[in-house]
Amino acid sequence: MRPEAVEAMLPFLTERYANPSGAHRAARDARRAIDEARDELADLLGVAPGDIIFTSGGTEADNLAVFGAARNADREVLGEGVVVCSAVEHHAVLDPVAHLGGPVIGVDQQGRLDLDHLTEVLREQHGRAASGDGPGVRLVSVMAVNNEIGTIQPLDRIAKLVRRHAPDALLHTDAVQAFCWTDIARTARDANLLSVSAHKFGGPKGVGALASRAGATVHAMQLGGGQERGRRPGTQNVAGIVAMTVAARITAAERESEILRIGALRDRLLDGLVATVSDLVETTAVGGVVDRSQQVAGIAHVCIAGVESEALLFLLEREGVFASAASSCSSGAMEPSHVLAAIGIDPGLAAGSLRLSLGHTTTEAEIDHALAVIPGAVAQLRRFDLRGS
Amino acid sequence: MQVMVAMSGGVDSSVAAAMLRDEGHEVVGVTLKLWGGESDSGCCSVSDVDDARRVAQQLGIDHVVFNFGDEFLAEVVDPYVADHAAGRTPNPCIECNRHLKFDRLLVRARALGFDAIATGHHAGVATTASGARRIRRGVDPAKDQSYVLHMLTSEQLARVLLPIGDLTKAEVRTRAEALGLRTAAKPDSQDVCFISHAGGGRSTFLGSRIALRPGRLVSTAGEEVGTVDAVELVTIGQRRGLGLAGDGSPRYALAVDVAGATVTVGHAEELLQMGESLRVVTWVDEEARAEVAAGASVTAQVSAHGAPLAVAAVMPDGDRATLRWQQPQRRIAPGQSIVFYDSDCVLGGGIVV
Repeated sequence: MRPEAVEAMLPFLTERYANPSGAHRAARDARRAIDEARDELADLLGVAPGDIIFTSGGTEADNLAVFGAARNADREVLGEGVVVCSAVEHHAVLDPVAHLGGPVIGVDQQGRLDLDHLTEVLREQHGRAASGDGPGVRLVSVMAVNNEIGTIQPLDRIAKLVRRHAPDALLHTDAVQAFCWTDIARTARDANLLSVSAHKFGGPKGVGALASRAGATVHAMQLGGGQERGRRPGTQNVAGIVAMTVAARITAAERESEILRIGALRDRLLDGLVATVSDLVETTAVGGVVDRSQQVAGIAHVCIAGVESEALLFLLEREGVFASAASSCSSGAMEPSHVLAAIGIDPGLAAGSLRLSLGHTTTEAEIDHALAVIPGAVAQLRRFDLRGS
Repeated sequence: MQVMVAMSGGVDSSVAAAMLRDEGHEVVGVTLKLWGGESDSGCCSVSDVDDARRVAQQLGIDHVVFNFGDEFLAEVVDPYVADHAAGRTPNPCIECNRHLKFDRLLVRARALGFDAIATGHHAGVATTASGARRIRRGVDPAKDQSYVLHMLTSEQLARVLLPIGDLTKAEVRTRAEALGLRTAAKPDSQDVCFISHAGGGRSTFLGSRIALRPGRLVSTAGEEVGTVDAVELVTIGQRRGLGLAGDGSPRYALAVDVAGATVTVGHAEELLQMGESLRVVTWVDEEARAEVAAGASVTAQVSAHGAPLAVAAVMPDGDRATLRWQQPQRRIAPGQSIVFYDSDCVLGGGIVV
């Protein structure tokens, strides 16, 4: 966490520990902290304060967007095909959409949405709705930046297609990975709904927000005391909300210079890996050509032939390099990545995927340490590769 | 030594990890995620991973999870289903040991720089006068697992530690209690780990993967004496569950003909035969194979905890073998394993054809 965010939250865990829904002076103090945080976060996201719904994190924000749009005020699901998402969404979107029987839109080899496929699906659902078969699409969810491979989606073009072919639909974007790396107020100005999560930009875990622009109706997932205008009842996490906003403020202020600094580190890392490890490819390369401008600076994703991610991560951890591969399941085991499958990476190559994340704490020395360690670890594993891949 | 301990989340592997740590080894615990589907407990479910992780935390050792689900499906579950479809009675624990724990994990551990892997099996590693290694029986006869480890070679055994083979199950639990391990009173795993009893058991598991065919029970004279719901679930030698009880003379499944949807039944003496043919035969090393081929006195065990039976001769032939009993023995179901012992040490074994 950013130290400023830690400092900002402490008073709300100690002397300012009041319930913001209360009626007394201490409660009003907590309420004011939330109000001010709401104003500031809204400004950073390019929305109005009343659009902000504080949640317990990105997953809740995503679920609220998807289920909130898929249900009517009586909490009844409107019907199959009411929500649509991309094939590379985080499970927090993918699983709710699958649960609701929604179509999934394919992506190209870099992970960008297949706009023709989107058009086709929207037209088809629109046609079915027009003939009384189904509710029509009410939500299209496409993440601003992919969490595994870092690809930035063309949200403006997606928004135009949604307006044209599904005028009743809301556009939701999971911007959890985007906040650090794009001017989110600009990137997502065409989205009706936007999810963020504090711990992705140096805030605490367990707090996030759904920004719901005026006119975007989402029905609450839970019923209760009416907090967040009834859209997300439950006592607010005051300390978390305050700290999230502080982290967001600093992140936004440093964003431009950090993108340059970290982009250079990312290039140094990827160029170094390509130069020192044989049979290593940048995952979003197309026909051997890489366009890193399509990815955010904070993610370096490669696939390495002849090694298994699980084994590689183990060796790297022992050398002080904490990396990841695909997403993790609750047991802690690694599961094959649906993102790599969606962009057409061969399963054998995907088995050797490696994701290195960079952030505001990353230094050049750390990059050089990773570059010193990874080739040796790969060589060690390849000596024992009995699977011949 | 650097040792990777396979921790299933059960009490045996918990104590194995504790013992190795106390002996001064550099220990890392690993839990294999083998099966993503429903299960009762066995080795695969998330709650077992939780138990393994919590024990590792308590012992102050690192813990990782390796996902070997693809291999488990390909090497254990799919063959299990195919064997049943062909009327055989497979032993999936043996295939898991053969392909997952002592191949995939052993190779992975070596690649990661470990000197050895360890498990919580109730068996030991003995060294012969000539320095060769042998699996020997665990000291607790009721828990001895040497049978399911019979495929380990002397070369593999140089990199395998089995710390709890000198303890009885009661002693294992006493040690776990003394260490305050959360797994101390955890029940032993039962049956096939990837089949859930709550989910309907073996017939539901197989029925959702292959067509189970109702069949006729016929006597050796060809007379129809009953029916079964699924010929694929009948095991040669089986008496219970055939619906033939009560006439005073128990009858057993003598032969299963899946294609003809017919099970031949008969009396116990009709199961008796003088030998068996084996495939997928392995020997702990060439010395053991040569001794057996030369007529060394061996016994054979035909189930995990069965009594050793006297063998007249074993004729190894590549990865196959035939054996002749000293006395006629009941026929062993195809798919089951027969394991050869020299006293308490495993020499090799194979699968009944």
